[in-house]
Amino acid sequence: MAVIETSAAAPEVGIRPRGVNRRERWQRRLPLLPALIYIVVVTQIPFLVTLWYSFQNYFWNIPGGAHWAGVSNYTAVFTNAAFRAALVRSVVMTAIAVIVAMILGVAFAVLLDRKFFGRGVARTLIITPFLVMPAAAALVWSGPMLDPNFGLLNWLLEPFGVNHVAWLSTHALGSVIVVMIWQWTPFMTLIALAGLQSQPAETLEAAKVDGAGAFATFRELTIPHLRPYIELGILLGSIYLVNTFDQVRLMTNGGPGTSTTNLPFYLYQEVNNAFDVGGAAAAGVVTVVLTIIVATFALRMFARVFQFEEAGV
Amino acid sequence: MSATTLRARSADPRRVREMAGRVGWGIVAWVVSIGFFLPVLWMVITAFKPESAAETWPPQFVFRPTLSEFSLVFSGMGPYLTHSVIATVGSTILVLVLGIPAAYALSVRPIKRWRDGLFFFISTKMLPIVAAIGPLYVIALHTHLLDSIWLLIILYTAMNLPLAIWMIRSFMLEVPSELLEAARLDGAGQIREITSVILPITTPGLVSTALICVIFAWNELFLALNLTITNAATMPMYLISSVPQEGLYIAHLSAAATVASIPVIIVGWIAQRSLVRGLSMGAIK
Repeated sequence: MAVIETSAAAPEVGIRPRGVNRRERWQRRLPLLPALIYIVVVTQIPFLVTLWYSFQNYFWNIPGGAHWAGVSNYTAVFTNAAFRAALVRSVVMTAIAVIVAMILGVAFAVLLDRKFFGRGVARTLIITPFLVMPAAAALVWSGPMLDPNFGLLNWLLEPFGVNHVAWLSTHALGSVIVVMIWQWTPFMTLIALAGLQSQPAETLEAAKVDGAGAFATFRELTIPHLRPYIELGILLGSIYLVNTFDQVRLMTNGGPGTSTTNLPFYLYQEVNNAFDVGGAAAAGVVTVVLTIIVATFALRMFARVFQFEEAGV
Repeated sequence: MSATTLRARSADPRRVREMAGRVGWGIVAWVVSIGFFLPVLWMVITAFKPESAAETWPPQFVFRPTLSEFSLVFSGMGPYLTHSVIATVGSTILVLVLGIPAAYALSVRPIKRWRDGLFFFISTKMLPIVAAIGPLYVIALHTHLLDSIWLLIILYTAMNLPLAIWMIRSFMLEVPSELLEAARLDGAGQIREITSVILPITTPGLVSTALICVIFAWNELFLALNLTITNAATMPMYLISSVPQEGLYIAHLSAAATVASIPVIIVGWIAQRSLVRGLSMGAIK
C-alpha cells in the first residue's frame, strides 16, 4: 500500500517538552550541524561568489582579472534577447515534457494496475528508460534512433509515408523534448501507480455496485484520488527537468541556430564559449531570483502535498 | 453435472467478454512496454553489430554478432570507470555519514524548528547549479580542486544530501516509539540509540537511499564536463569521447552507452520497489 506520509505532523517520539534547557537544545542540534554546515558552505558560497562576479567585468580570455563593472552586466542581461529566448524556451520545454510525461504516466499506470500475464516484467521494461544514463540516452537517440539515413524511427515510420526525416535539424526542439519525455514518463508512471494502488478497493466496488461505468469511476473517483500524486510528480519532475542539459548539449548543441538553447545551455555557452564570467554570473543571478519566486510557490505546494493525509484524506 | 455447468459458464457471453477484455488490455500493456523499451533494446542490439552493419538502410536485424566493439570499450574506459566509481561510492558514503545524524535530528529527537530545517535542505535542490558554474570554476581553480576527483565527491554529496535526508527521515519516523522508549529507559545515549536501535531497523531504507544516490551520481554529466578534464573525467565523458569527428562510430557508441548504463539499470531493477519512495523523497511509501 502506498500512502503519502504524514511528515508534516509532529513526530510522535521525543516531542520537545516545555522548558527544555540549553544543553538539551544543543544536544538536539548537534547531529544536524555537520550536514547543515556542509550544505551551506557547498551550495551557498558559490551563489555568493556568483553575486559578486555579477558586478564585475571578467573575461577568461582577457588578462588583468576582474574589475568593478556596476550594474552593466545586469543591463546587458535584461536587454539581451538571447537570454529572454532561452528563458522562455526552458519554461516551454519543461512544461511540455512534464505534462506529456504525466499524461503518459497516468495512462501507463492504469494499464499496469490491471492483472495480466508478465506484469512484473512489463513494469520493469517501462521503468528502464529512467535509469539509462541521460548522456547515453541523448547519444543513442541522436544516432541509432533518429539518424536520417539509418535511424530506426524513420524505418518504423516508413510505412506511414515518412521518408528519411532529419529529425535533429528539422524538428530539433521536438526531438529533445521527446527524449526528455521518454526518460521521465517512467518516473510519473511509478508515482501514479503508487496512487492507483493506494485507492481503497471498497470505494471502487461500491461505485461498480451503484452501476457507475469504468470511465465515470475513473473521472469521479480515481482522478481526484490521484491529484496529490499528480501534483507531487509535476513538482519533482519540474525541479529536475528545468535543469536539462545533457540532451541539449549532446543532441543538438543548442541548435540549429539557437532553437534548442535552454537556460542551462545558454549559461554554459556564456562561460565556455563567450568567456564572459561576469555576464554569465549576472544571468545566473537573474535565473536564481526567478527560481526563488517559482520555488516559493513550489515549496508551499510541497508542504500541502506532504500534509495531505493529515487533512483527513 | 460439472461438465455442463462449466460449459455453460464459459459460454456466458458476459464472462467471455470480460476474459477477452482482460487479455486485450494485457496485450496493449505489453505492446506499450516493449515500444517504450525499444530504444534501449536497439542500443544493446547495435552494440553487438560490426561497425559496417550499424549504419545501413534498411536497418539490419540479422547479422553476425561480434564483441569487438565491447572489447574496444573495455580497453579504453579504464580511468573513466575508476573515476566514476570513486566519485559515486565516495559521495554516497559521505551522504550517509552526514545524512543519518541530520535525519535523526529532524525526526526522532527533533530540533525545535525541524520543519524549517527540512525545507531549507529541499530548497537547495531548487537552486539551479548551472547558474553558478562560472564562479564554481573559479573557486575550484583557486582551491586547486579543478579536475580533481575530490571536487566531484564534494559536489555530488551536496547534490544528493537533501534528498537523502528527506528519505532517511521518512524511514526513521517508522521506527516504533516503544523501542526508542525502551532504549532510553535502559539509559542509552543518543549515539547508542542510533547505532543499536535505529540503524538496524532502518538498514533496508538506508540501502535504498544509497542506491538512489548512486543512480544520480553515476549519471551526472554537467559538473563533470565543466570542472574536470582528464584526472577526474567520468563515464558520461567517456561516452562523449566515443563519438569521433569522422568515420563510422554508431556500433562503438552503442557499446559504450550500454556499458555505461548497465550498472545503474541493474541497480534500478533491484531497487524497483523502493525507487518510487526514493524519488518522491519519502512522500510515497
